[in-house]
Amino acid sequence: MKESAIAVDGLRRRYGPSGSRGYDAVRGISFSVARGELFALLGTNGAGKTSTVELLEGLAAPTGGAVRVLGHDPYKERGKVRPRIGMMLQEGGLPPELTVAETARMWAGCTSGAMPVRESLGLVGLAGRADVRVKMLSGGERRRLDLALALLGRPEVLFLDEPTTGLDAEGRRDTWELVRTLRDQGTTVLLTTHYLEEAEALADRLAIMHAGRIATSGRVADIVAARPSNLSFTLPDGVSADDLPPPAALGALERDSLGQSVRLRTRDLQLTATEVLLWARERRIGLGGLDARSASLEEAFLHIASTVDTAQGETP
Amino acid sequence: MSTTTTTAPAPADTAPTTAARGRVWALARGELTLLARNKAALAYALVLPGLLTYSMKTAVKGVDLKGTGLDLGTMLLPGSIGMALVLAVYMNLVGVYVIRREDLVLKRLRAGELTDSEILSGAALPAVLLGLAQCVLLVVGVGLALDVSAPEAPYLAVVGIAVGVGQMVMLAAATAAFTRTSESAQLTPVPMMMISMVGSGLFVPLEVMPDQVASVCELLPLTPVVDLVRAGWTGDMSAVDALGTLATALAWTVLAWWAVRKRFPWEPRR
Repeated sequence: MKESAIAVDGLRRRYGPSGSRGYDAVRGISFSVARGELFALLGTNGAGKTSTVELLEGLAAPTGGAVRVLGHDPYKERGKVRPRIGMMLQEGGLPPELTVAETARMWAGCTSGAMPVRESLGLVGLAGRADVRVKMLSGGERRRLDLALALLGRPEVLFLDEPTTGLDAEGRRDTWELVRTLRDQGTTVLLTTHYLEEAEALADRLAIMHAGRIATSGRVADIVAARPSNLSFTLPDGVSADDLPPPAALGALERDSLGQSVRLRTRDLQLTATEVLLWARERRIGLGGLDARSASLEEAFLHIASTVDTAQGETP
Repeated sequence: MSTTTTTAPAPADTAPTTAARGRVWALARGELTLLARNKAALAYALVLPGLLTYSMKTAVKGVDLKGTGLDLGTMLLPGSIGMALVLAVYMNLVGVYVIRREDLVLKRLRAGELTDSEILSGAALPAVLLGLAQCVLLVVGVGLALDVSAPEAPYLAVVGIAVGVGQMVMLAAATAAFTRTSESAQLTPVPMMMISMVGSGLFVPLEVMPDQVASVCELLPLTPVVDLVRAGWTGDMSAVDALGTLATALAWTVLAWWAVRKRFPWEPRR
């Protein structure tokens, strides 16, 4: 087994005093990221993603549990860990009156084994903006400068906290391509995002956080495979959902209907779709709004967001 | 974007790590650029001490210096140096620390390899250089204008300025620790400035004050610094007195350092 780049065990983070006035942002999570792997932490706003990443980066000490990054405690042994990691924070923190090149030069001087400033700006497509003051940059350009700074030290582990927020579609694609290249070259990447397609496009594995816990984790295909597919359609007037054969006969798990609209949940979309279409042809029924949809990460995500909500607020 | 450039991670543990000095200098260089672009702060710090010294000249002329062992030059020069330290280093730095915190710059720097004390030092270096440049200008300018004789014990003046600079930096960080916003940073350094101007012998020698007042004023942060610088010119300070004076200055520095460790906020309170 490969040595893990990041190992998290029973991690907890609490803000404020004990009792009801405090708040548990991270409530005991465990996962590990192998070297060279691209791992995504997904979650709704307030799920605890950034609180978790700050602990992994060693910016704060955990309330409980343990973190290892490259075999060291990132908070207590920051001197051993920091030179080998790169991080892109969610919020700016760049002096507005410095130019892009001056900012990168300053950061390079504080970074072990920094690559040339020009090279890092070139990676994110900012070479042409080197002499522009940071305050004149667009939000997307600032995010790209953030990324350039995170890459300066050719980090072994790269933390990206919502790296494409504020980027346009093209900027997002470019960033994805760059992140893939880094991964291909052996960089371990931990990415947080609330864009599902971003996690789907980039992540080898992901964890979906909800209310401070990991609701599910694994490869995208496995998470999706665990969720049923959907077949939905509208029956014509005069035909009710009860006229349909029972779900089991259609190879479906369950049937929801609202008026003339029907939704079947199934593990075998092809079988269920075939059975429904044959039934409709025999009876010469026209199905409106026919929609056959394989399970998606989005569906899995929304399912988690809706079902685990009841657990929010409790402290085990 | 280019994807041809290699960004492969550097091999573990063999890559050279940055040294503290290099990091502090990189940060200081950025800060120096920012200071050069902040014309208001620059003018404030550069022009004001000279201007104040000039305007205080007339006032000091009215003070009866008989029996204090001082003349106009040895009175005014240490005072103007003290003023330069307060304005160029202390006042200037309170603003720098608070504004960098508000802009989340301190938070970001802490995410890198810099330690906390490296961040505070790097951000302070331009103000320190500015303060030292001021001291040189004042020594030459006031020295020539008032025909001040050569210092009797220059090492005391050098020690005084060095200790004073360190103390001003720590007091600025401590003041910034108790300052929430850049607006309040216009006010929070004022008490220290006023107390120093009135009570630390910048323009009114402690020797002409009533004894009780003078003994309290001796304990103020900047008083030992001004005393040491003045003694540099008059040569009028025993080794025991010098150590005692030094101890007072260092006590303030340590107290400020402790306050910074205890409660300096590295990001804005929301």
